[in-house]
Amino acid sequence: MRQTRSVELGTGLFVLLGMAALLFLTTQTTGSQAFSAAESYSVTARFENVGSLKDRAPVAMSGVTIGRVTAVEFDPQMLNAQVTFQIDSRFDQIPDDSDASILTAGLLGSQYIGLQAGGSDLYLEEGSEIQFTQSAIVIENLISKYLFNSGGDSE
Amino acid sequence: MNDQSDNLIEIRNLNYSRGQRQIFKNLNITIAKGQVTAIMGPSGTGKTTLLRLITRELNPDSGTILVEGIDIAKLSQKDLYKLRKRMGMLFQNGALLTDISVFENVAFPLREHTRLPNRLIRHIVLTKLHAVGLRGAADMMPSELSGGMARRVALARAMVMDPAILIYDEPFVGLDPISMGVIVRLVRKMNDALGISSILVSHDVQEIATVADCSYLISDGKVAASGSPDELSNTRSDLVRQFMHGMADGPVAFHYSAPNYAEQLLGRDAE
Amino acid sequence: MLRDLWYALDDFLRTLGQLLIFFLRLVANSPSILFRRAGLVVKQVYNAGALSLVIIMVSGFFVGGVLGLQGFSILSKFNAEDSIGTFAAFSLLKELGPVVTALLFAGRAGTALASEIGLMKATDQLSAMEMMATNPLRRVLVPRFLGGVISMPMLAAVFSVIGLFGAHLVGVNLLGVDQGAFWQQIQTTLELKDVYEGIFKSVVFGVVASLLAVWEGYNAVPTAEGVSRATTRSVVNSAIAVLILDFIITARFI
Repeated sequence: MRQTRSVELGTGLFVLLGMAALLFLTTQTTGSQAFSAAESYSVTARFENVGSLKDRAPVAMSGVTIGRVTAVEFDPQMLNAQVTFQIDSRFDQIPDDSDASILTAGLLGSQYIGLQAGGSDLYLEEGSEIQFTQSAIVIENLISKYLFNSGGDSE
Repeated sequence: MNDQSDNLIEIRNLNYSRGQRQIFKNLNITIAKGQVTAIMGPSGTGKTTLLRLITRELNPDSGTILVEGIDIAKLSQKDLYKLRKRMGMLFQNGALLTDISVFENVAFPLREHTRLPNRLIRHIVLTKLHAVGLRGAADMMPSELSGGMARRVALARAMVMDPAILIYDEPFVGLDPISMGVIVRLVRKMNDALGISSILVSHDVQEIATVADCSYLISDGKVAASGSPDELSNTRSDLVRQFMHGMADGPVAFHYSAPNYAEQLLGRDAE
Repeated sequence: MLRDLWYALDDFLRTLGQLLIFFLRLVANSPSILFRRAGLVVKQVYNAGALSLVIIMVSGFFVGGVLGLQGFSILSKFNAEDSIGTFAAFSLLKELGPVVTALLFAGRAGTALASEIGLMKATDQLSAMEMMATNPLRRVLVPRFLGGVISMPMLAAVFSVIGLFGAHLVGVNLLGVDQGAFWQQIQTTLELKDVYEGIFKSVVFGVVASLLAVWEGYNAVPTAEGVSRATTRSVVNSAIAVLILDFIITARFI
């Protein structure tokens, strides 16, 4: 009987450990935990070029994640990209003239949206559109611009 | 039931072969109820195979096997298991389950097939272990037992469901004289005290003579002789005499069948 | 020559068919064993899972540590040491966790299963059960199969987590990568889909490795040589099957 009990105990501990490990993997290693606001409002912004921005990319202000991208779409009328993102309702006093830029985390890191506060007295709310945007920096464009400029100088 | 009611098992025209070798050719055996019946034969005559056929672990090529008048080939898995619950089988080396204790081994059929409370199971198991003289070994593991003890535990396990038929596969092999005497006594005692029928497969002539009511001698896939031990030892047949008295050569050849010796040595057997 | 090839193919296909039938029989008998004889399964989860924990944890820790070292040496060439966490997490969760765990599982638990069942067969224990009107498939094989299937995903998860901590120890504590960057990079890059891919793989590998171990043991030739051969075959076949399936699953997920 004692043997059966220790087997049951060992199995119980093992299963507990296994479950904890699975839970850790599903919650701690993915970004889902970083932004899990129960209430949020959605805001849109238009960009000439979104680079490799994807769904679920973080939206950060002063480097702190305050929201998450929910959709990246191409608008066939305006011929640019429309990005929709959710911002945690706790941050409801973001000036509506703030500007959004697509930044890269580290040299090889993934892209995210950085918000820079403006000076307006009106705040962003559900359905607002951010007017001032800066597109993703595409390295090829930078390089060609540099080459073109330096070429022009030498003439 | 009609006139067959005295017959526990009837084997009719049984044929069985394994690969190229035909093990049984039109074998006919009748085993009576309430007796100890021995099936004897030289090694390799398929005595164990016969037991496996009787319990339908193997299926015959042709022929019928009736147990209590029922053709076992026609039983469904469920009915077969129902029949097997009424049979206890003692395997050659005991075949105890090595990962559980002696007590749990004996309790195994009870735990599998009944919903008896633990107290009652304990009671039954200890009774059966006591009957084979091993109540003191209940907490040991099978690996700690000697060969004779393992076989006695297996006997207790075979009896635990109070079967109507007990089948012993070579119960005397490899035992010291004392253990052998114990097993012989147990076989007889179980049979008479519990009113069951016993089938015994063995080649130990002496032991069979003391315990069996009736015996069959199988050779070359057929019944070579049958009758009480006395009848067998007084028979005139060369084969029976060779077997009963343990002579090296005779109708059962010393040499396994082989091509002509001289020719093989001269290398003529190739093709 | 062509004839031999045909025979080999014929043999292979028939074995595969038998294996499938065997698998279906195990699965068909699984629910009733799981609910009515849970005690049997618990014991096998203990044997296959809890007893494999030490080897899994030690291996996981060192595999993670090596990933930290290798990741650092490659990524520092691009000035991207901060991505060391992502590198380790991707490798562990999607590939090394499930695959290495499955290989270790085949070596530790699979061989134990195959040889135990083979030996039970060789010593007539399975026949004895059959004679006691107990189906060995249900009493012996199904609980062992289920024990393996239940244990594998948890072992793989433990392997990955311990591996991550190994990589963390090497990357952060030894090589000085920023701790915040380590976790933040993992969290921003890894998606739930990647985690699920790893879990899915470990479930599939658990089924395959347990199935092959139980199958080889059950079909072992009941002699000392037969059992040892069955044990070897169970490891070799499991390893090959796991690696092939890993390729197929990875290709499907991309």
